[in-house]
Amino acid sequence: MTLRKYLVLAATIVFASFGDISLSYGMKRVGAISAARWTELIAAVFNPWVALGIVLLLGFLTCYMSALSWSDLTYVLPATSFGYVLLALLSILLLHEKVTLARWIGILLVSSGVAVVTRGPSTSRQQPGPEATGAGEPS
Amino acid sequence: MSAIRTWSAIAGIVLSSTAGDVLLSRAMRQIGDVGERRRREGLAAVVKAVMTHPSFLLALFFMAMAFFGLLLALSWADVSLVVPASASLSYITNAFAAGLFLHERVDRRRWMSALLVCAGVAVLAA
Repeated sequence: MTLRKYLVLAATIVFASFGDISLSYGMKRVGAISAARWTELIAAVFNPWVALGIVLLLGFLTCYMSALSWSDLTYVLPATSFGYVLLALLSILLLHEKVTLARWIGILLVSSGVAVVTRGPSTSRQQPGPEATGAGEPS
Repeated sequence: MSAIRTWSAIAGIVLSSTAGDVLLSRAMRQIGDVGERRRREGLAAVVKAVMTHPSFLLALFFMAMAFFGLLLALSWADVSLVVPASASLSYITNAFAAGLFLHERVDRRRWMSALLVCAGVAVLAA
């Protein structure tokens, strides 16, 4: 793993986190949409917050696709789940939300999952070589 | 009734997003390292290779299904149920699907990571 690849993974995390926040905020403003009136979902796309969320999620998709071009899906998904920790820490630090015990446990569990996967090889595609022998990459 | 509707939507989101992720991963694996390819052939060639790849187009369809499924579910159920449930379950279904369809070596380390993240996301996002 090179610095460039770690930066792509970091950008994936940041785009996904802020994209989700924007989308969630926008849909709260749009309000409930029933299954029978599903066409209202198309109108919801033009809400500025939903639109911003989509732009950010397109940034996420670009970085995510780049990561998938050189890493396994079962590496990229857990590694980028650190976004959940980022979101929780931001809400604690910036929004001064209450830090419950459950929240600390969640942060610990996700961080452990990220630590476990990133200490291993990022791909299982090439059979011979150090990765296949379980030696892993320097992390 | 509303619980059945909500969990059906969650199941739909999980299956659609897993199909999207697996197809996207397959497309990008076949295209190769986009950074290296961009240096060799230029950005336009990479964009063309991605946009015309059948697996990518199919992945887009499933990701759009998952996206609109999420919007629909968010409009009628609590975000505190839909997001953690669909996000955390996706880590498990993706680990299964990556082993089955992408032939990734999902070893004990990868499974442990998927389970830890799954549990953590469920606790954090709830």
